[in-house]
Amino acid sequence: MRRNLIPAISTLAVVSLLAACGGGAGGPSSGGGKISDDKIVLGVINDQTGIYSALSGPNAVEAVKMAVEDFKAKHADDAVSKNIEVVVADHQNKPEVANTKAQEMYDRQKADIILDVPTSSAALAVASQALAKKKLYFNITAATTALTGDKCNKYTFHYAYDTYMLANGTGTTVTEAGAKNWYIVYPDYAFGQDMEKSFTKAIETSGGKVVGKKSSEFPNTSGDFSSQLLQAPAAHPDVLGTMHAGGELVNLVKQYNQFKLKDKGVGLSVGLMFITDIHSLGPDALAGTRFTDAWYWNFDQQNRDWADKFKEKTGSRPSFAHAGNYSAAMNYLEAVQAAGTDESDAVVKNLEGKEINDFFLRNGKIRAEDHRVIHDVYLAEVKPKSDVKEDYDYEKIVTTIPADKAFKPVSESTCKMGQG
Amino acid sequence: MTDLLQHAFNGLVNGSFYALLALGLAVIFGMLGVVNFAHGAFYMLGAFGAFILLNEAGVNFWLALVIVPVVLGLFGMGLERLLVRRLVALDPLYNFLLTFGLTLIFQDLLRMKYGSQPQPYPQPAGLRGTVDLGLFDFPAYQVFVLVFSVLVSLGAWLLLARTRVGMIIRAATERPELTRALGIDVGRWVSPVFGFGIALAALSGVLAAPMRAVSPLMGADLIILVFAVVVIGGLGSIFGSVAAGFLIGMLQALGNVYVPGLATTSVFILMAVVLLWRPAGLFGREETAV
Repeated sequence: MRRNLIPAISTLAVVSLLAACGGGAGGPSSGGGKISDDKIVLGVINDQTGIYSALSGPNAVEAVKMAVEDFKAKHADDAVSKNIEVVVADHQNKPEVANTKAQEMYDRQKADIILDVPTSSAALAVASQALAKKKLYFNITAATTALTGDKCNKYTFHYAYDTYMLANGTGTTVTEAGAKNWYIVYPDYAFGQDMEKSFTKAIETSGGKVVGKKSSEFPNTSGDFSSQLLQAPAAHPDVLGTMHAGGELVNLVKQYNQFKLKDKGVGLSVGLMFITDIHSLGPDALAGTRFTDAWYWNFDQQNRDWADKFKEKTGSRPSFAHAGNYSAAMNYLEAVQAAGTDESDAVVKNLEGKEINDFFLRNGKIRAEDHRVIHDVYLAEVKPKSDVKEDYDYEKIVTTIPADKAFKPVSESTCKMGQG
Repeated sequence: MTDLLQHAFNGLVNGSFYALLALGLAVIFGMLGVVNFAHGAFYMLGAFGAFILLNEAGVNFWLALVIVPVVLGLFGMGLERLLVRRLVALDPLYNFLLTFGLTLIFQDLLRMKYGSQPQPYPQPAGLRGTVDLGLFDFPAYQVFVLVFSVLVSLGAWLLLARTRVGMIIRAATERPELTRALGIDVGRWVSPVFGFGIALAALSGVLAAPMRAVSPLMGADLIILVFAVVVIGGLGSIFGSVAAGFLIGMLQALGNVYVPGLATTSVFILMAVVLLWRPAGLFGREETAV
């Protein structure tokens, strides 16, 4: 009896010693100081029911959950932690709500990273919380360049798109294609004003001219843009550039078509458009319109494969924000896996300067200087209805804008990372 | 000068929606003393009704223009019988809260089904071009909206001013007790009038579908402005609400051109001025304002 006990105890001691050392080869570390609170927590803060819920919203959460599942399947027993949670909060596009929710997520729900966060002002609030709590924040759906400019910090990364990339892509290419004279209409709030400035700069740099601009109240309660549209032809522009988003864009384009501005020689160019907007308008209302897209689901087989999986889960096709959320979550988890810990500084170190190629980030790179995640983006054109073969098959990719040309160069960045 | 006329005309088109919505609100307020907050929701339901009929059953715009107001009007009558009637005797706030609650329910039901992204609705086939109005061209559909709503407003006026039913309604609106004392069953007309008001909201919703974004919140955005229109026109005044509707539409359109940024605010400034100068509204009489 006693003789049997001794080897049993010693075996137990050796095993526990090994475990304490962080496990031998192949053993997942389920304890110790490497993974905080014994779990990795990904938080998603976005608009769950309002104007931006179709383009990111609940389906963005679904995309993050898909990334977690795929990560678990890929690494199986070797995964740095098997305990990965996704938590969600609705910020209603209000910065003060976003601020409180971010605080709550980092402190109480032990989130290691927050993802998404549409609405620029809300995104800036989350970025400041990320810095204060020293936890990560991957922005996907907010557009302001301030996140990688004046307000950049060590723990904030900017995925997918921004106002510079949109203006640079659409403003430059449309001007160079011959539409020299622009008439800009924009909603009178932070995003619209920022877009108007970025576009004006891009247009003038490439030899064009802004012959008129008109703001509209935000939010536009009457849904009416006819007075802005009626004034445009008098300035004889080649193209009308609209900086409106979501439901307002839908209203404006409907009225643009009704006033037959195209027949009066005024083309249409859209600053920011999601595939969900094209779906709302029907492709014919926008046929021929060019815009810059961060990602398109039907670009090639690789994108399509992912979009098929997304459709199985959600019943619809992904916008670039959905795909961006997946890619961001996946690349964060991979960085934790590589670093062997979810400790923020170690993960940031792993991410900085990393070159990534996945279905979302083509020729992707995480710039260490300002944390802008650069990748190929696309100049897209809306297909006429006759070319649409299935639901959401709305875009023709005209050209690919290479990663190093698509975003604001580091030399122009106002980010001072060290002092953040 | 042509520009000015064009903007003014454009304002009248937008005013059409205000006029039809305000007319419905005024009729309901006059007869029942109920401020129907759900009016914007019925406008939204009208637009969605047209959208659903087209997508589920292939019913075109013209048929929808008849079917949707009738169906929603009947629904409104049921609502009056079932809910609104029970609260009429109480403080007006109770019905205000009821209709506000109904608004939230309708909005969220549609949001659950269709999400908040706007839904597509094409322009009716015959009205896709432009019409030459002498001085300028204007989209045919917009011209149709204006003509149609003027005709509907005229029709409503004829109905109220020239028919026996209209006489009873007007009498019941202004002196319910006296009308009752003359042996007229006022209660019998309450439901149909409520339904009529709702049908007008639904009608303007159908008219809006090809022009505006069809989304669950489209009514909530508009209703505050329409309340201002009704107050300016004179609460319960039928002619006043229609006239104020067109007037405000024009004011807003011209404001957008000449003092952008103040266009919507100007409506509320006008409302404040009117309230100070003529508390009963531009066309309201002192008695009906009480």
